[in-house]
Amino acid sequence: MDLMTEITIFVLAAFVGFEVISKVPTTLHTPLMSQTNAIHGIVMLGGLIVVGFADDGLEYAIGTIAIAFGTINIVGGFMVTDRMLGMFSKKPKPKAESDGKGGA
Amino acid sequence: MSLLAVLEPGGDGATALYIVAFSLFIIGVRRGTHPTTAKQGNLIAAFGMAVAVLATLLLDGIGNWGLIALGLGIGTAVGVIASIRVQMTEMPQMVALYNGVGGGAVALIAWSEIRHGISLGHEIPLDELIPVLFAAVVGSVSFWGSNIAFAKLQDLIPTRPLAVPGQQVINAILLIGIVAACINIAINNDDPNQAIFIAILIAAGLLGNLVVLPIGGADMPVVISLLNAFTGLSAAAAGFALDNVALIVAGTLVGSSGTILTMEMATAMNRSVGNILFAGFGGTPAGGASGGGEERPHTSIGAQDAAIKLAYADSVVVVPGYGLAVAQAQHAIKEVADELEKRGVPVSYAIHPVAGRMPGHMNVLLAEADVPYEQLKEMEEINPEMPRTGVAVVVGANDVTNPAAKNDPDSPIAGMPIIEVSEAQQVIVIKRSLSPGFAGIDNDLFYEPNTSMLFADAKQAAADIAAEIQQL
Repeated sequence: MDLMTEITIFVLAAFVGFEVISKVPTTLHTPLMSQTNAIHGIVMLGGLIVVGFADDGLEYAIGTIAIAFGTINIVGGFMVTDRMLGMFSKKPKPKAESDGKGGA
Repeated sequence: MSLLAVLEPGGDGATALYIVAFSLFIIGVRRGTHPTTAKQGNLIAAFGMAVAVLATLLLDGIGNWGLIALGLGIGTAVGVIASIRVQMTEMPQMVALYNGVGGGAVALIAWSEIRHGISLGHEIPLDELIPVLFAAVVGSVSFWGSNIAFAKLQDLIPTRPLAVPGQQVINAILLIGIVAACINIAINNDDPNQAIFIAILIAAGLLGNLVVLPIGGADMPVVISLLNAFTGLSAAAAGFALDNVALIVAGTLVGSSGTILTMEMATAMNRSVGNILFAGFGGTPAGGASGGGEERPHTSIGAQDAAIKLAYADSVVVVPGYGLAVAQAQHAIKEVADELEKRGVPVSYAIHPVAGRMPGHMNVLLAEADVPYEQLKEMEEINPEMPRTGVAVVVGANDVTNPAAKNDPDSPIAGMPIIEVSEAQQVIVIKRSLSPGFAGIDNDLFYEPNTSMLFADAKQAAADIAAEIQQL
């Protein structure tokens, strides 16, 4: 991909982000922050690429740590958001919450 | 070794799946606009993430499956355990920690990109090198800054602002040094010095520490939100370097959401983001200047009087603040509300945009205590109703109710939007003492004729009031 295409994508994504997120009510800002936080865990893909194509010792180590960090970010982020949002919608049934869902 | 491999790196198949993934992110966040659809939205975004990960694992030539499984396994175990154990009141530090590891991952990936570039032995193109440097600096700042924010919120280090003498000068020197070192690497892009790159990572980490350390507990929400935006942007930069469209879109999405939240919070505190980051507000005890020395007359009451006032009120508005979160009083307050509702007194909750330790945190805490969503009112919604409110109960909130913000143009918080509790017919403030809030100024509300102070721990006071109402 050439640089100008990437910059175009970047600028358009910034506008989409501003549009979508300004519609989220203050009430849901904590779960929103936690969910977007999980989304930036996508850098983990970079870790996969590093390790997947690595051929020296230090790169193995750096990449594996990056994968672990990114996975904590993704799995933890989505699960914690799920728990929080469960509290907003659990009114009818008082118990029986399940978090069984894979993030990665 | 690559049994699954079906997609060409950078090919159309992989890109198509990445497009599916980021579309799911946008749909997921879009669903987050309402409490009933938000949970589903989160699942959609998580599914998008699974698609992106799968697409990457299917790339042709990818190997070292053992290490990949190791990283994924450790990360999943830690993430699952942490998110099951965390309490709702600890959510801000959990988000800070997750944000930190994300930033750390970005910095590590940037490092390995540089190593990879050096090992190839030919010139690294600038449109790849500059995003890598940006990702390294911002990722490292975010990692270390978030760790400090976590430590402060978790009370591992003092929450009060910790200032080093000559702080601004040190920060400026570090920043200049980082920029200079980045320029050095960019100029020598045919053979960059790895030691200089590592020095950049360390200097950026130090900068992250030094910028967050002097910031007080009350300003932490703004810092977390800003660091979230930073990590997002650094992920986008990593996407530029790796030519990965999913990273660019997802990172930018997070960057803009963090930016919006940061600006909204700064507006709600009537301060600029720069002022929050660099002024060390709340660090200098301005209490002496505003005449905190002499005693001003105030009315003090006990739980029983408070219970009588509440039980016979036309309507009650609860104004929860940071102190409620600290005392974990949300369940006890809900009990008081239940008792009042049994007696036919309508109860609602007025939520200031910066109540709690991050935006919307108070809503999560009250939702945890089963307070119905419809009873949570935003500031603009509740203020016009204040004059018709029988009793306003302020629980652990301070500066956000200070009428000086409206009435005294010389006050340090002049112009800050407040919940106008002093307009209510009667006010009960549950608080440990008359001590000033984070702004370090006296709250005029405490001395108004229609205000009664109930000096106690929020949780204990609420439990006592609930018991007293039951006996009426």
